[in-house]
Amino acid sequence: MAPLNIKKGSSSHSAYDLRDPNAEVIEQHTLAVIVDNESGVLARVIGLFSGRGYNIDSLTVAEVDHEGHKSRITIVTRGTPQVIDQIEAQLRRMVPVHDVHDLTAEGPSVQRELALFKVAGKGAARVEALQLAEIFRANVVDSTLESFVFEMTGTPEKIDAFADLMRPLGLLEIARTGVAALARGV
Amino acid sequence: MTKSMSGARMVVQALKDQGVEVVFGYPGGAVLPIYDEIFQQNDIRHILVRHEQGAVHMAEGYARSTGKPGVVLVTSGPGATNAVTGLTDALMDSIPLVVLTGQVPTFMIGTDGFQEADTVGITRPCTKMNWLVKDTAKLSETIHQAFHVAMKGRPGPVLVDIPKDVQFATADYVPMDKVKIPHYQPKTVGDPDQIARLVELMESAERPVLYTGGGVINSGPKASQLLRELTAATDFPITSTLMGLGSYPASGKNWLGMLGMHGLYEANLAMHGCDLMINIGARFDDRITGRIKDFSPRSKKAHIDIDPSSINKVVRVDVGIVGDVGEVLAEVLRQWKARGSRTNKDGLAKWWRQINDWRAVKCLTYKNSTTTIKPQYALERLEALTKGRDRYITTEVGQHQMWAAQFLGFEDPNRWMTSGGLGTMGYGLPASIGVQIAHPDALVINVAGEASWLMNMQEMGTAMQFRAPVKQFILNNERLGMVRQWQELLHGERYSSSWSESLPDFVKLAEAFGCKGIKCSDPKDLDDAIMQMLDYDGPVIFDCLVEKHENCFPMIPSGKPHNEMLLGDADTQGVIGSKGAVLV
Repeated sequence: MAPLNIKKGSSSHSAYDLRDPNAEVIEQHTLAVIVDNESGVLARVIGLFSGRGYNIDSLTVAEVDHEGHKSRITIVTRGTPQVIDQIEAQLRRMVPVHDVHDLTAEGPSVQRELALFKVAGKGAARVEALQLAEIFRANVVDSTLESFVFEMTGTPEKIDAFADLMRPLGLLEIARTGVAALARGV
Repeated sequence: MTKSMSGARMVVQALKDQGVEVVFGYPGGAVLPIYDEIFQQNDIRHILVRHEQGAVHMAEGYARSTGKPGVVLVTSGPGATNAVTGLTDALMDSIPLVVLTGQVPTFMIGTDGFQEADTVGITRPCTKMNWLVKDTAKLSETIHQAFHVAMKGRPGPVLVDIPKDVQFATADYVPMDKVKIPHYQPKTVGDPDQIARLVELMESAERPVLYTGGGVINSGPKASQLLRELTAATDFPITSTLMGLGSYPASGKNWLGMLGMHGLYEANLAMHGCDLMINIGARFDDRITGRIKDFSPRSKKAHIDIDPSSINKVVRVDVGIVGDVGEVLAEVLRQWKARGSRTNKDGLAKWWRQINDWRAVKCLTYKNSTTTIKPQYALERLEALTKGRDRYITTEVGQHQMWAAQFLGFEDPNRWMTSGGLGTMGYGLPASIGVQIAHPDALVINVAGEASWLMNMQEMGTAMQFRAPVKQFILNNERLGMVRQWQELLHGERYSSSWSESLPDFVKLAEAFGCKGIKCSDPKDLDDAIMQMLDYDGPVIFDCLVEKHENCFPMIPSGKPHNEMLLGDADTQGVIGSKGAVLV
């Protein structure tokens, strides 16, 4: 019997269809996931993302209900609308997950991140860094004769903007918490 | 009334309270206290396997054929890691299992102790849920919750990892009725408004098709009954995935046969040409859909599934109904009757004429031989000689599996156990033992290929020890048949490592295990040989030497739509899509 004449490297060579059937617009969404605060729960959630090839732009987690043993995980992710729906459905069916909110889809929300910036400098640069910090309402939480640590809370964009300004003024290090978010109103 | 007892006793007590009758397992250092408790009681039967993977597949066979959860008990480290393939298999095919693993004592966890492995870490992605129990006081509650999670919603495997010191320590036993019900309560009742939309679509459809899957079987025998009622009430044609065979009887007049990559011509063309597809408990697997872009392009699609993440995962549907198949079908039938619904008679009659034309192609036709046993012929004879008997079939993975799905007819649910999603070679022999343990007097046959069968052949020892008279019907082509077929069609006939050399003499192997061996290579002797296998009171290894180069058709080459199906060797000449291959 003659072999099939299939071009080498075409997807017909694979046991799977290699083309992405949903190549369409990518959206960024912020998800709030309420989970049982038990060992391994974060690994479970992260494992879902890595195992199924979803993106994580930012992730924060902390216990929010000590008596009820509940933690809140805030995940900023991106994907096509179908992928975002799928992420939500996959999270929802996990046993330790109590609730999932797509804060981006459900209406307006506030998103805040805390960041610490270490800036080293002397003379004019040092003065300018301090002035810019005031404009951005960043607090000085540590200072030496050669450095400041600024603390700032804001949207990720605001933190990016401040970092861009500090870079030529002697920015050494940044520590960011990742986004915490709540829906506006009740 | 709470009773204080050791963790090990708690395990056995919890299993008894859950109604567990059989545990498949293998002892080791980290589970010795539990084995000591098993030794001192007679309610739970322990089946000693020969390899932990075998234990999990046996539990799958047990679960699939009874609707009850399968229970496995293995030791820490290698015991747990050997179970991983079975866990993944059960997760893919939604089989409820409760797997208990021993673990090194809590104070040794993290020290790289002897036979220590991060069992909950390793099994997190291949279980529905798992727990490491560090406190005896929480052990019984966790085991009861594990059964709840394994069975509720979309079933799946769960694992409870129990350190040895937790087995020795004592605490109060929490009985089932005192256990805090976990918040995990998946929705089982479908949205009546969505069901109403489906019923409306069913009334107007001209070319409907019911596409059913393993979810119907998992929902229980009632769901299969309701599916039959719905098919009778509407006269819609019905097809099924590999996992759903038996939910609608193969002898039923609306039956189109299995669909998918090696599905029947009429089933796949009905899927491609329909104007209403009703997916009942299936998941649009890639072996079913082929190229997504061209999958059933002109149909409205409805999808009934208990797992919300299955809906719109790969194929976008027009009506999504989250719920248990049985409950949703009951509501569909209720609304159908309440509205006095009628189908589109003219459209449906025309559709059936079209389907009957497709049926007339007789896509399973093969060229028989008087000198060599064709694998299809072997299965036709097996089907004919076991007709009317309450028969359970398991399979390994490969060509023989697809031929079994094509040529054997299933009249009832829970009679067909196969590894669908994961495609695990080595599944069938242990699964057949699990089925036989659950149904000691039934006829249980594992339709196997010689290569798959060798992967877990050590379990013949288990079959002998526990007097499980399983029939191992091996279609021996001395090849990895499906790999060979793909290499022939897609890799320039370069047969890289796809033949079986140094095969054992299966008859002598049977004798070595103490069971019966039968060899057959002449089509004229086949019927007698099969009868000999069926009549023998004990396990049989049947070495059926078949045609070595037979290909499995129909076949939809991957990445192709349903209407570009290959019907036989003649169709593979030249380019796919040429005259010989293009249909419809």
